[in-house]
Amino acid sequence: MADHSTHAATKVAPAAGHGGHSGHAGHGGHGHGHHDVAKEVRKYLLVFGALMVGTILTVWASKIHFGSHSMNVVVALVIAIVKAALVAGFFMHLIDERKLIYGVLGATVFFFIGLMYVTLWSMDPGSFIHLKR
Amino acid sequence: MDIPYTTHAREDTGLYNAKVGIWLFLASEVMLFGALFSAYILLRVGAQPGTWPIHLLSVPLGTVNTLVLILSSVTVVMAWASLKVNRFDRFKIFQTITVLCALTFMGIKTYEYRDKFTHYAVTLLDGTVVDGHLVERTANSITLSHPKEIKPGAPVNAPAGGHGAPAATEGGHAAADGDHGHAADRTIQFSEVAKHESTGRLLIQNYGPYHNNYMAIYFTLTGLHALHVVGGALVIGFLLGPGSKMWFSDPERFTNRIEVSGLFWHFVDLVWIFLFPVLYLL
Repeated sequence: MADHSTHAATKVAPAAGHGGHSGHAGHGGHGHGHHDVAKEVRKYLLVFGALMVGTILTVWASKIHFGSHSMNVVVALVIAIVKAALVAGFFMHLIDERKLIYGVLGATVFFFIGLMYVTLWSMDPGSFIHLKR
Repeated sequence: MDIPYTTHAREDTGLYNAKVGIWLFLASEVMLFGALFSAYILLRVGAQPGTWPIHLLSVPLGTVNTLVLILSSVTVVMAWASLKVNRFDRFKIFQTITVLCALTFMGIKTYEYRDKFTHYAVTLLDGTVVDGHLVERTANSITLSHPKEIKPGAPVNAPAGGHGAPAATEGGHAAADGDHGHAADRTIQFSEVAKHESTGRLLIQNYGPYHNNYMAIYFTLTGLHALHVVGGALVIGFLLGPGSKMWFSDPERFTNRIEVSGLFWHFVDLVWIFLFPVLYLL
């Protein structure tokens, strides 16, 4: 990742070697070979198929009883997280992004988990925010 | 003065500025929706056992809308990839499909909302609730189609809308006709209807956001999401229409605009991926 910034600093056209670099830096627009993009497009279509399957899967899984309702919730959330990861990773190009974006998202994930933790914690009757009789 | 770093990467970030901007904005959006999901968890876990309504929405409609949004996400990224290989014509086709998907999504969503606003629960004097869809309302009576009776004390988990919902009301009068939901329309005189204890208003209420906690959080979450769909569609539509002139003057900057609007659109899709199971299936 470190060499990305030096490339950008000298405004060199994006690395042409592997297919992942979809024009983050400098002259992204037209410096790309058609091969790179064709590869990307194939990836997008695969992800599209996976998302369709995931949607059908989550509907199908909701009709099955996995022992308890919480198990059903877990199954639905796992499928949703996988789908979300596919969208974020490939459509939003997060599998190959600059450090700064990872930093921003890392902070977001931290605060999001914190928010959910505080939510669940506040519902725990044993937590000290509830007045004791 | 020109806006700096619209196409060239800034030295310290390695990114063009708009990309940093949209990601910071999306980070704040995660927290916005996160707060509402947190409210959902609080309401749902805090509800008395058996009182949280499930299967109140049409799963087929929700599934179609999910697929529509996923398709639009693909066309957005394909439109951007088309610009990367100088295929402005393909870009236009893909983004047209995106906008059509957005309109389809909003059309289905509108139909679903309308269905809830015409879905009524009428409380009779003996506490029985008659649940069905509005046929007509006159000065002194209301007529509901597919009426179902929920006796006082019966579980609130009784769906009266949608198809194939597990019936918790079968013990009531609705079973008399044999078929599910094919009972004749029922006209209720206002004289049979109970009144609210303090306000004295008739207990006739549709499934709007005020109906119960579930409807409240449903309308809040999907309403905010729908606003995002509309906003995203407006931006994408602008860049497809008058905004596309930039392709001929500054193609790189235009391509970046498409990428940034695309990132927003993918986020909208991503939120729906969580909303669908949470509100429709669980």
